[in-house]
Amino acid sequence: MVSVVSPVLDIEEIRSQFPVLHQKVNGQPLIYFDNAATNQKPKRVIDALTSYYSGYNANIHRGIHTLAEKATRAYEDTREAMRSFINARSVEEIIFTRGVTESINLVAASYGRTFLKAGDEVIISGLEHHSNIVPWQMVCEEKQANLKVIPITESGEIDIEAFQKLLSGNTKIVAVNHASNSLGTINPIASIISMAHQVGAVVLVDGAQAAAHLEIDVQALDADFYCISSHKMFGPTGTGILFGKKELLEQMPPYMGGGEMIKDVTFAKTTYNNLPYKFEAGTPNIADVVALREAVNFIKELGKENIATHEDGLLKHAQDGLSSLAKVKLIGTSEQKVSVQSFVVDGIHHFDIGQMLDARGIAVRTGHHCTQPLMESFGLEGTVRASFSVYNTREEIEVMVEGISKIIWKLGR
Amino acid sequence: MNSIATIENEIVNEFSLLDGDQEMTLYYLMELGQKLPALPEAARKEENEVKGCQSKVWLTARAEGNKMILEADSNTAITKGLVSLLVRVFSGQAPDDVLAAELTFMKRIGLDRFIGTQRSNGFAAMTKQIKFYALAFKTQLAGI
Repeated sequence: MVSVVSPVLDIEEIRSQFPVLHQKVNGQPLIYFDNAATNQKPKRVIDALTSYYSGYNANIHRGIHTLAEKATRAYEDTREAMRSFINARSVEEIIFTRGVTESINLVAASYGRTFLKAGDEVIISGLEHHSNIVPWQMVCEEKQANLKVIPITESGEIDIEAFQKLLSGNTKIVAVNHASNSLGTINPIASIISMAHQVGAVVLVDGAQAAAHLEIDVQALDADFYCISSHKMFGPTGTGILFGKKELLEQMPPYMGGGEMIKDVTFAKTTYNNLPYKFEAGTPNIADVVALREAVNFIKELGKENIATHEDGLLKHAQDGLSSLAKVKLIGTSEQKVSVQSFVVDGIHHFDIGQMLDARGIAVRTGHHCTQPLMESFGLEGTVRASFSVYNTREEIEVMVEGISKIIWKLGR
Repeated sequence: MNSIATIENEIVNEFSLLDGDQEMTLYYLMELGQKLPALPEAARKEENEVKGCQSKVWLTARAEGNKMILEADSNTAITKGLVSLLVRVFSGQAPDDVLAAELTFMKRIGLDRFIGTQRSNGFAAMTKQIKFYALAFKTQLAGI
């Protein structure tokens, strides 16, 4: 496939770094448009996993031998890389988790259970993934606190005026995503954070969809908590981070007990380890954390701005192509979006579209995208979602649009 | 009425003309689904829904003499095609034959690969539901 060379990035060269892209699916060259679910891994990330296991696999932190030291250093190097990636003040503020879901659960369980009282309010938005809804429902139920939801507009944006009205002295936590996984909307989190701070609430940002696309500066944003999943930023599955302001993390009790998180244990009493280890009980996911560093390097070398420019072009191309089909309706039309486009086709179920595209080697996601309340607000059961990454091309989008047009022609008669 | 095995063979023969082409197979499946009469709105209710399908599938069964008559519908075209095959195989058969049947046509066509795990599980759930109906009729018939 011939690729347009982006003004700055050589997309063909970038594609060559991703082994998985070079295969046929159902007899057609794979077109991978399910990047919002998980994006693919460059060879350097895969190699980092292999070299860890074949070169210096050892349990970290307490080992005195050379391999343990090497593994510990690699693990902590990734912590520093993630600190720098989001511009946190110190590595103590970076906690490794299994990903965004665990990060949010950690904050809901540890901060939420400690500080929420009956009658307090937690505010989320109508754009949230189930992982940023359910943990708050659980803690609110336990603490008899109330969960409030910011409504969204027709184009799929947070209604900021409505948010202002929801804020009060009772608001203790605001949890919103940086970018929506279903619609791609980039939320004005800097404003949301400063508005929430004015009433004394802390803000958790679900950065799952932002990490591979947007510049993140937790200090400039003044975010209290920020969550990232490695696998959505070219890194391995099963790891991610929770950033928390040190002063908040220090006030929070541990989320899980076990090894690593302790200072001293007697049967009478345990004293906890310092940050960030207080929140990292048990042997962590060392290999995946180590390899995550290569994903950070990959993004840094390309430059987020360059990535965003290429992806914005892809998104626009997809929107133009899809809009040209009479029966297609775009869902999520904010001006500010990451490269995610949801759509529905009049008279054809999204599952059927997804399955027929798969027969043409095109991977899209169909369904409610773990955002059932959001789908309901659009009166939909689900959508087809195409999400693009830096290795995707305009030609691939054209193949998808042509595929959809053929499916409509065949089925829509 | 042809036997279940004979109908299965017919289906396999029809699909074999498509040479295992996934796209053509799915289109053909959807065409078969379009030929299945839609269930009236009143029958598309929760108690007729097959549990365990990602798409919505409604199945109804009634007895005509000692035969079991099935009607079905789905909100997605591919699944409607799948359930239409089950209706074709099982509707009009005796409950005992339905209960004894071990369907092989999905594997023989290669459809199980084309439709993926979730839809295969859904297909298994539909088959199970039909066997439940058959068991219920058998019990009913024995009671008369």
